[in-house]
Amino acid sequence: MSATSQHADATPLTMSGAEVVLRALKEQGVEVIFGYPGGAVLPIYDAIFQQNAIRHILVRHEQAAVHAAEGYARSTGKVGVVLVTSGPGATNAVTGLVDALMDSIPVVCLTGQVPTHLIGNDAFQEADTTGITRPATKHNYLVKKSGDLARVVHEAFHVARSGRPGPVVIDLPKDILINKAPYTEAPPPEQPHRSYRPQTEPDMAQIRKAVALLKAAKKPVVYAGGGVINAGPEASALLTQFVRMTGFPCTNTLMGLGAYPSSDPQFIGMLGMHGTYEANLVMHGCDVMLNIGARFDDRVTGKLTHFSPGSKKIHADIDPSSINKNVKVDVPIVGDAGRVLAALIAAWKDDPAPPDREALAAWWRQIDAWRAKDCLHYVQSGSIIKPQHAVKRLYEITRELGRETFVTTEVGQHQMWAAQYFGFEKPNRWMTSGGLGTMGYGLPAAMGVQIAHPDALVIDIAGEASILMNIQEMGTLAQYRLPVKVFILNNEYMGMVRQWQELLHGGRYSESYSAALPDFVKLAESFHAVGMRATSADDLDRVIREMIAIDKPVIADICVDQKENCFPMIPSGAAHNEMILGPGQEGGVAGVTDEGKVLV
Amino acid sequence: MPDPTDNNMRAATIAVLVENEAGVLARVIGLFSGRGYNIDSLTVAPVDETGRISRITIVTSGTEMVIEQIKAQLDRLVPVHKVSDLTLEGPHLVRELALIKVVGKGDNRVEALRLADAFRARVVDATTESFVFEMTGNADKIDAFCALMRPIGLAEVSRTGAVAIARGVSSIGSFGEG
Repeated sequence: MSATSQHADATPLTMSGAEVVLRALKEQGVEVIFGYPGGAVLPIYDAIFQQNAIRHILVRHEQAAVHAAEGYARSTGKVGVVLVTSGPGATNAVTGLVDALMDSIPVVCLTGQVPTHLIGNDAFQEADTTGITRPATKHNYLVKKSGDLARVVHEAFHVARSGRPGPVVIDLPKDILINKAPYTEAPPPEQPHRSYRPQTEPDMAQIRKAVALLKAAKKPVVYAGGGVINAGPEASALLTQFVRMTGFPCTNTLMGLGAYPSSDPQFIGMLGMHGTYEANLVMHGCDVMLNIGARFDDRVTGKLTHFSPGSKKIHADIDPSSINKNVKVDVPIVGDAGRVLAALIAAWKDDPAPPDREALAAWWRQIDAWRAKDCLHYVQSGSIIKPQHAVKRLYEITRELGRETFVTTEVGQHQMWAAQYFGFEKPNRWMTSGGLGTMGYGLPAAMGVQIAHPDALVIDIAGEASILMNIQEMGTLAQYRLPVKVFILNNEYMGMVRQWQELLHGGRYSESYSAALPDFVKLAESFHAVGMRATSADDLDRVIREMIAIDKPVIADICVDQKENCFPMIPSGAAHNEMILGPGQEGGVAGVTDEGKVLV
Repeated sequence: MPDPTDNNMRAATIAVLVENEAGVLARVIGLFSGRGYNIDSLTVAPVDETGRISRITIVTSGTEMVIEQIKAQLDRLVPVHKVSDLTLEGPHLVRELALIKVVGKGDNRVEALRLADAFRARVVDATTESFVFEMTGNADKIDAFCALMRPIGLAEVSRTGAVAIARGVSSIGSFGEG
C-alpha cells in the first residue's frame, strides 16, 4: 500500500474528505457512530445528514460517547466508533479512551481539529489531540494530507481490532474534511502492514511443553481473562471444551466473566481482591497454572512475592509485553486465545500421557472443602435490603424470565457484588470498567449495548455516586427510546471508599458520604423515564419485576444496607491466603501494613 | 528467562527501526517516561535511501525483566519494524561523537593539544583563547577526555549519544521488511 495513494490522483476527485471518511467507515462495516457535534467536525455532520447507511447517536457528553462505543464493541465483538469535535470534544473523550486502552476494547475515535494552517497557533477549540491521546490510545493519527485520509481510516480499524485490541484516534483537520480527497479501498486482509504484524498463531513447541506440564499436574487451574472474550465467542466455546476434557477447575478474571459458564460445576468463581475463597486458594495452592488471556493484574495477584508460590506457570497472551511483566512464567505462549486453545485441545489429544486422575480427584476434594466455606454467604433478615440480596434476586428473576440479558456496571462495591452474584453463561454479556475503574462507565455503556441489541434486557447495576457521573445520558435514553434499566444499589455512600476507610483508616469517613442526593424517582421522571424505589426487602421482587416489564428506560432506586461491606477481600499488600471473609465466617488476616496501605 | 528476583542492573544498547513518521520519537520517549524506564542516551536519524525508515539507538539500563519489558513495549508500537538488543546479541561497535570546547591561555593550550593528540581528537575550530575538539569513541573515552580537560579549561561539551551496530555479517536490516 502506498502512503500517498498516488494512483488515485489520475481520476478527478469528486468526494470531500468528510465523504471519504464516511465511505471508509461504511466499507469497514460501521453501522452506528456515537458522537457530539462541534465546529471542527461540521463537515462530517453534514455528510452524515446526507446519507442513511450509518446511524448517529447523539450523546450528552463526549466521555459517554466512548463508553457507549465500548459497550457496543464489547457486546458485539465489532469496533465501536466515536465522533467528537476538536479541543474540549477530544479532551472530554480522553477518560473513555484510557478506559478502552486498559480493557483492550476496539474503538475508533474521530476527532475534529482546527485547519492545518492554524495547528499550533492556539486557535479556538484547538488542543494537541495526538499529543494528549498518545499514551491514551493503542495508536493515533493526525491526517495532514488528503491523500492519506482513506488509508488512515482503514488502517485505524485494522489496528483497533487486531492483535490486542484497543482505541485508535484519528485527528481530522477541518480543511482536510472540506477539501476533495481520493478514495482508496481497504487493502486485502492477506496484505501485511509495513510494520504492525501481531502474532496470532502460537508456537507449537511451546504448546507441547504446556500440555506436558498440564498432563503431569496434580493441582492444576485454568485462569482465563478478557483475552478469551476478545478472541470471539468461539474462543469461549473452546475454553469450555478444554476445561471439560481436562476436568480442571476454572476461574475467570473480572474481565473474563462469561468466558466459562458460571453455572458449570468446574467453575470456581472469580478470583482476585474480591474473588471467591476457593478461587484464590486454588491459585495459591496449585502446582500448574494455565493463564489464558489475563495479565496478572495487581487486583488478581495480591502480594507478588507471595503469589502462587509453588506453581509452574503457563501464560498465553496475544501481547508479548504482558508476558513476564509482573510474574515470571515458565512457558510463555504468544498468540490469539482461540488459536491457543484450539492448539492445546489438539495437543492434549495427541499427547499419549494420561492425566493424573487420582491426584485431580484429591484436588477436587480439597476445592470442595474450600467451597463448603460458602464465602459469598450473607444473611438477609428483616426489612433492610442487603445489596448482595438485591443483585442475587435480580439475577434469579432475569434467569427465570429467560430473556437475553446484558449487564453493565459502574465502579465500586456494587460492581463487585454484581461480579459475585450475577452469573454469566455466555461471553459478551458483561461490561464493566476493569482496568481503569471508571465511575460513570455503566450508563453510557448500557446505552451502546442497547443500541446493538434493541430487544435485549440491558441493566446497569449502579451505585448512587457513580451514576451521577454520567447521569446526563438519561437524555440520550429518552431520545432514542432505549429501555435501559438503571438498578441503583443506593447506600448513600461511595461504598468502596467507605469500606477502605473503615478497614484501613480508622473509620474516618472523609468525604465519602453522598450528601444532597437527588430524588432518583423524580430525576427519572424529569428525563421522561420511569422511576421506582424499593426501601424494604418485601418490595424488592415487585420492583425488579416491574422494572423489567416496563418497555421504557427505568431508574430503580434500591435503598440498601448502608454499612454493608464487600467480602471476601484480599487487603492490599496481602497474599491470596490472607483473605478477609465476611462477618461470622472464619478467615485470617492480621492487619494491613503501611506497605499495603500505599497500594490502591 | 528473566527472573523477577534478579535485581542486577545491566546496560542495554537497543537498536529500533521505525517508520519515519510524525510523532514516532514522541511515542518512544513517552513510553520510557510513562513506564519509568531510564534513557541514558538516544539518537535518531533516517537510514534508508528513501528516508522512510529511521534507526533509533537507545542506551538504557535496568534489571533483565525491565529490559525484556522495554523491548516488548517498543516492539508493539505500530510504527516499529524491529527491535534489536545489541548488548545481548553479541559483539557490536558503539560510537559517539563529541564536540568539546576548551578555553585557556599559555601552558594550558599546549597541554590541551597534547592530550587531544593522545586521544585522537581533532581540532575543528581555534581562536587565540579556545579550541573546539571533535572526537569519536565510546562513552568512556569521551568521559575520560572531558575529565582531563576540566582543570585545563573545559568550557562546553556537546555529545550525540551512542550509535551502535553489530560486528560481522549479521544485519537487522535497514528497510524493515526483514
